[in-house]
Amino acid sequence: MNADPNSGRENVVARLLGPVGPELTCDECFAQLDRYVDLEVSGADADAAIPGLSAHLVGCPACREDHESLLEYVRSERS
Amino acid sequence: MTLAMPTLAEEAPVVATVRREPMPSLRAAQAPTPPVPAGIDAESRSWLRRLRADGAEREGALAELRELLLRAARFEVGRRRARMPQLRGGDHEDIAQQSANDALVAILAKLDDYRGDSRFTTWAYKFALYESAAALRRRSWQGREVPLDAEHWPLIADTGSTPDEDAETAELLGAVGEAIESELTEHQREVLVAVTLNGVPIDVLAERLTTTRGALYKTLHDARRRLRESLAERGLPVEPVVESESR
Repeated sequence: MNADPNSGRENVVARLLGPVGPELTCDECFAQLDRYVDLEVSGADADAAIPGLSAHLVGCPACREDHESLLEYVRSERS
Repeated sequence: MTLAMPTLAEEAPVVATVRREPMPSLRAAQAPTPPVPAGIDAESRSWLRRLRADGAEREGALAELRELLLRAARFEVGRRRARMPQLRGGDHEDIAQQSANDALVAILAKLDDYRGDSRFTTWAYKFALYESAAALRRRSWQGREVPLDAEHWPLIADTGSTPDEDAETAELLGAVGEAIESELTEHQREVLVAVTLNGVPIDVLAERLTTTRGALYKTLHDARRRLRESLAERGLPVEPVVESESR
């Protein structure tokens, strides 16, 4: 098991209960992820343009990793 | 409960399945070429035109694109290699090469889905990074059992409060534990515990349960919604899940 009891019970509760939403599905998230990241990199309001994606990133660790990776890579490419 | 993973001896090793050829077969069936989306930037428009061309122009674009995908895949492998000490030296490059090939195949299959809402390269990188991350997650859990039980729950629940926590959090955590046991189906409980407490990647779990990542996330979402409803019914300060219109 990878849960870290030192991460705090508030974090455990947050992981268990997830976002209030509304949130996209994993497939919808993947379909919109490139647009979301380009908006973020350009300084635009990505959350307003694509509602529900950031909530999904809160609730889905795998999609959150995919987002972090794409954002970091695109930023590194354009720096 | 745990899900047994096939042993390494039973499962074909990842490295052995890596295709060594520089590019997969990319001959797509001829179909009417869709129009280039309006408002697309010049560089992205050029990528679409070249990838839909014939002969040397297309071959050149494919080689160039694969090189971009390989660079992105190597980035992702490098980013995660510190967390995967079990990988041997050559494994990193094998996974990057395989992921670049898989991404190229996926991109060509979905080329008509690209609408120009992002730069073409951002859209393409998404596939390379996804394929790499998924391969690494699978590799990381290869040969390991997937824990579905909250066997460490007492440890979490009994952890002493930090100065930032208060009695309300402790009460809420206790109620969450009770609700997990009493309100969820066994399947919902296993998915919730595996993904949120035990750190099992959702795509790895989907593979073990022979389902899809999307189906499992729906289960997770439904379990969380039920937990929130149950906690609110008990008078605890928990907001209900707001559903999106597409669900």
